[in-house]
Amino acid sequence: MTELLQQLINGLSLGAIYALIALGYTMVYGVLRFINFAHSDVFMIGSYVGFYLAPKLGAGSVPGGLAVLFAAMAACALLGVIIEKLAYRPLRNRSTLTVLITAIGVSLLLQNGGQKLFGPNPRAFPKLFPETQLHFGELTVSSNQLIVLAVSVFLLVMLWWIVHRTRIGTAMRALSFNATAASLVGINNDAVISFTFALGSALAGAGGILYAMNYPSIDPLMGTLPGLKAFVAAVLGGIGNLPGAALGGLLIGLVETFISGTRASTFRDAIAFAILILILLFRPAGLLGKMRVEKV
Amino acid sequence: MPPKSQLWLLATLVVAGIVSAFSGRIDPYFLDVTMGVGIAVTLAASLNLINGFTGQFSLGHAGFMAVGAYSSAVITTNFGPKLLPLVGGQVWILFPLSLVVGGLLAALAGLAVGAPSLRLKGDYLAIVTLGFGEIIKVIFQNVDAVGGARGLVGIPNYTNLFWTFGVAAVTVYVVWALLNSTYGRGFLAVADDEVAAEAMGLNPTRYKITAFVVGSFFAGVAGGLYAHLKGYLNPGGFDFNKSIEIVVMVILGGMGRHVGVILAAILLTAVQEPLRQLGDWRMILYSLLLIVLMITRPQGLFVWPLWKKKQA
Repeated sequence: MTELLQQLINGLSLGAIYALIALGYTMVYGVLRFINFAHSDVFMIGSYVGFYLAPKLGAGSVPGGLAVLFAAMAACALLGVIIEKLAYRPLRNRSTLTVLITAIGVSLLLQNGGQKLFGPNPRAFPKLFPETQLHFGELTVSSNQLIVLAVSVFLLVMLWWIVHRTRIGTAMRALSFNATAASLVGINNDAVISFTFALGSALAGAGGILYAMNYPSIDPLMGTLPGLKAFVAAVLGGIGNLPGAALGGLLIGLVETFISGTRASTFRDAIAFAILILILLFRPAGLLGKMRVEKV
Repeated sequence: MPPKSQLWLLATLVVAGIVSAFSGRIDPYFLDVTMGVGIAVTLAASLNLINGFTGQFSLGHAGFMAVGAYSSAVITTNFGPKLLPLVGGQVWILFPLSLVVGGLLAALAGLAVGAPSLRLKGDYLAIVTLGFGEIIKVIFQNVDAVGGARGLVGIPNYTNLFWTFGVAAVTVYVVWALLNSTYGRGFLAVADDEVAAEAMGLNPTRYKITAFVVGSFFAGVAGGLYAHLKGYLNPGGFDFNKSIEIVVMVILGGMGRHVGVILAAILLTAVQEPLRQLGDWRMILYSLLLIVLMITRPQGLFVWPLWKKKQA
């Protein structure tokens, strides 16, 4: 029983990170209807921003750690807007396939540019927050896990508030509902898309910092696997659906952690995809998504 | 179908056979690159059937290649000593047999993946095939009988110029002939407009699965060639990036164009060699090129009016 609870906590903190990344995929899909493959590399850049800024911003204390977190989020938001402007905006109204390949190109560029810029070898991620181990009976919870959960919950609530209670959030929802109609009622689609990229990339940056706190070895290719799993999470929850992405992220994190604890642990990385294939077979629209029929 | 195409196939096979007979005199490095080009053409032409002509988007071609590579390598490496006497000790019988078995198993994998997932469209299909590719990789990493993560070693070097170019020619011919048959027109119809094709009484899912199975078969054969060229297999070599490499060949060649895709496969494989001098900058340049080309020439590199795709 203790072990079960222990794995539950580990799984939740991993799942919260997947949820943050998955939200970025789902938001971009919502407004532009394509998979932003470069998203997982924005996540990687987030970790590296943290790595380089940590000594300068006084990491190791709570305000210092938070400063690093916000700096990484801001840097990733900027990067996301730049990527959208340079690579995706010229492709508006082109076929999804073209945009998809471009996104893969951007992803490769960030990975290989990262290898040139940061060096290909893994680096040790510095401590951002003071660390302690908390004991509840036989349960051990690290303070980092609690920080991951707290930050994720805070960001999810913020996101919910932005999307549902602000003008720009309303515009985002309008755009994902019907882009043409949105521009007819005076929404500046390009501005909203830029904002969506900023928001999603900031979440990826936060995810990158939180991930590196728990798995403190970072390298330029670190984004690929968490990125793919987060994407699976987004599809699992129903792509384009924000609560779905959060739910999917938590589920994938939990399943993966429980599998790691069993004998099949070497198959851990395949599990996410097996879940994906099953969900697409039985509920192609995802857990919380609505099935759409193509009309002529 | 004009008999001209069969003549082309025959001519290519004969030329490949003759050149192969003199391959001892060719510089081994050049030979290695040339055989790599032949395998790339096979992979690109087979993916072109799925991604180009049928309008699906598969990101798992490396996975099917891996199935073929491992199956045929296991046949020749582990069972080779027992099987060879059965075919009179003739490698030229055993090797193509192992390739075909590898291809068939890859086709079976294609059927297993395609049958359930081809009801999905576009992005979803891309992601499922991507996921399948990763699963295949993880499975091979975990099966100790084929070396696990350490890789499979000691595969006999049976691949030569004749087999690589012979297979490439057969692949291009089969894809071409399939598309120009009465049945094959359906692939193009599905690519153009699935709903309209269905309204005309075609079964889009069936066409998609057929394309998938045929494409996977040739990917598996190409995998077998690759295994017996390198003599060594590593599951990590069949990852997402390998699939992307093949997809890029198809895209830059112009989706659904025969000649362009062949040229792109040749160009992209050959251009890797001089680019090696650039070291780290090679992949940066490659990715930048990909982005710029998608923005400026999404229809592909080799699309002149001369080879314009016939419009229905």
